[in-house]
Amino acid sequence: MSVLVVVECDKGEVKKSSLEVASYGSQVAQLLGTTATAVAVGEASEASLTQLGEQGISKVLYDAEPRLKDFVNGAYTKLIATAAQKEESTVIVLANSNIGAAVGSRLAVRLQASLATNVVELPKNDGGQFTVKRGAFSGKAFAEVVLGGDRKIIAVKKNSIEAQHEAGKTATVEAFSAQLADTDFADAPKQVVMQDQAGGILLPEADRVVSGGRGMKGPENWNLIEDLAKALGAATACSKPVSDVDWRPHHEHVGQTGITVSPNLYIACGISGAIQHLAGVNSSKVIVVINKDPEAPFFKAADYGIVGDVFDVLPKLTQAVKELN
Amino acid sequence: MKFLVCISNVPDTTTKITFTPDNKEFNKAGVQFVINPWDEYALTRAIELKEAQGGGTVTVLNVGEADTEPNIRKALAIGADDAIRVNAHPKDAFFVAQQIASIAKDGGYDVILMGKESIDYNGFQVHGMVGELLGIPTVAPAMKLDMSGNTATLEREIEGGKEIVEVATPFVASCQQPMCEPRIPNMRGIMTARTKPLKVVEPTGDAPRTQVTEYQLPPKKQGVKLIPAESAGDLIKLLRNEAKVI
Ligand SMILES: Cc1cc2nc3c(=O)[nH]c(=O)nc-3n(C[C@H](O)[C@H](O)[C@H](O)COP(=O)(O)OP(=O)(O)OC[C@H]3O[C@@H](n4cnc5c(N)ncnc54)[C@H](O)[C@@H]3O)c2cc1C
Ligand SMILES: Cc1cc2nc3c(=O)[nH]c(=O)nc-3n(C[C@H](O)[C@H](O)[C@H](O)COP(=O)(O)OP(=O)(O)OC[C@H]3O[C@@H](n4cnc5c(N)ncnc54)[C@H](O)[C@@H]3O)c2cc1C
Repeated sequence: MSVLVVVECDKGEVKKSSLEVASYGSQVAQLLGTTATAVAVGEASEASLTQLGEQGISKVLYDAEPRLKDFVNGAYTKLIATAAQKEESTVIVLANSNIGAAVGSRLAVRLQASLATNVVELPKNDGGQFTVKRGAFSGKAFAEVVLGGDRKIIAVKKNSIEAQHEAGKTATVEAFSAQLADTDFADAPKQVVMQDQAGGILLPEADRVVSGGRGMKGPENWNLIEDLAKALGAATACSKPVSDVDWRPHHEHVGQTGITVSPNLYIACGISGAIQHLAGVNSSKVIVVINKDPEAPFFKAADYGIVGDVFDVLPKLTQAVKELN
Repeated sequence: MKFLVCISNVPDTTTKITFTPDNKEFNKAGVQFVINPWDEYALTRAIELKEAQGGGTVTVLNVGEADTEPNIRKALAIGADDAIRVNAHPKDAFFVAQQIASIAKDGGYDVILMGKESIDYNGFQVHGMVGELLGIPTVAPAMKLDMSGNTATLEREIEGGKEIVEVATPFVASCQQPMCEPRIPNMRGIMTARTKPLKVVEPTGDAPRTQVTEYQLPPKKQGVKLIPAESAGDLIKLLRNEAKVI
């Protein structure tokens, strides 16, 4: 009756958001007096799966079927449903990622479970009934939601739970087969195209983000953003008009109609702070705004600010970071 | 080919969110409701594909009470052929998904399109539930959708990249940019929308599985600490020593 945790792997490593999910799942298991089992998807290595013990996972199920390396909605759903049956899991925890949401919503129907996405806190358990807090209204509010029924699925928002590390603890990795058939791979990709990540840091997973808006004047000035990002070990992002005119790729666009990020540090350079932009970034822990207009609305949502010209301020910041290290 | 486009009625993106004094309900007073921005991609793309095929129909579907009809009419004005409203308060995602699945099945739709997620409840889950209820593939979230005969080629966004996926009809896709340039209604569209059929049906299916008990607003920020531009480097020291984020 263990809690089942879905762990996404990439290039042999467990994704940071999945370490958070593993910690979340093992804390739910403690709450229920049981253990946490993980089921791994994507390209995993035995060593990184063993290490999930540090997040409180006791056992990891891994199906070595090669076609599971890429995301396939049908196959992943069956894999996890089979693991849940085997473990008799009544609680499944996954990341609120594109993969987690796509799989979690199908599982909710297949397993007749209640589902909460975008969850930011551990559940309150009231005699088996869970109440969870989740983000709503695009970062402008939270909702407390009661999950009914015997089975529950929780998708945890990135960077809202701290991954725990109990050094030296290991999980046992168990080979597992969900007996997947060709029909489960109906939506298998014909091709997978990965982006060039600035400095190899994935924006949705990033701890720090340096973001540029129309105040950057043009794509030729993005080296200023990239230099600071590189010095900080940050990912780069942008406002919607910037990706609309192709100064930057679409996948960097954050906000209400782009991706939502919740890093520890978000530095906004030449972005006015329109309400639709804020919706995608306002759950960041610390927000820094650099804008030459002291009346820019973004300052109201910021923790630190510099009223100044980005072309003057950004090189100074990059220099200061380099001196620090 | 028969397209079914699901639209959600949501507060305009500039809305200041507030709740009733008991924090149990969203305060609708004075709020302007719009078609969920992502659903506009689904709608426009369906119309474009229908036009390219030189035939077929685009039906819009909303689960909501009578106050959503202005936005349903707007979708008709943008170019949908007819509309269905399931007359119910959308209680939760599973409830909504059951309504969509039931109508999709009875109507024999080939392509079911929706938005990536609603901007009010941010569920990001109706598409998967509908696909599973109907036993057909879901591609979510899709950035591109092309059709050739009964085969669709889609770009599915994954963290850090995209997958090119091919599926046969019927299927569900949840749409997001840069799939197309969402259309806005023109005068002729607005005139013809008035007489296009809008059918109202009653809900079916099982009870919702989740319930919101309370809403909360995020804690207020302390206020911004300004650093003079001349000593910009001090910001970095504050981020390390005070905020402890670098
Ligand atoms: C339905 C809808 C959805 C939307 N979704 C999103 C979304 O998801 N994400 C998003 O970002 N936007 C979104 N928008 C657009 C949003 O309303 C704003 O138009 C947009 O965020 C503005 O981008 P910006 O801040 O880069 O540009 P601007 O608003 O033009 O701001 C540029 C800023 O740069 C400053 N500046 C100029 N030069 C300098 C300089 N040399 N040094 C320092 N500062 C300088 C200016 O003072 C100004 O504040 C949406 C809009 C709608 C209607
Ligand atoms: C004031 C208010 C109170 C609410 N109370 C509750 C509550 O108590 N419990 C609860 O669980 N939910 C509640 N909701 C959420 C509401 O019921 C949602 O419409 C439903 O949960 C589906 O939204 P989602 O965010 O889960 O959909 P998502 O999965 O994010 O939506 C994806 C797509 O599904 C389609 N879609 C979504 N909703 C509809 C719809 N109604 N009709 C047609 N297509 C649709 C759209 O194309 C949308 O882009 C409330 C919402 C509001 C605004």
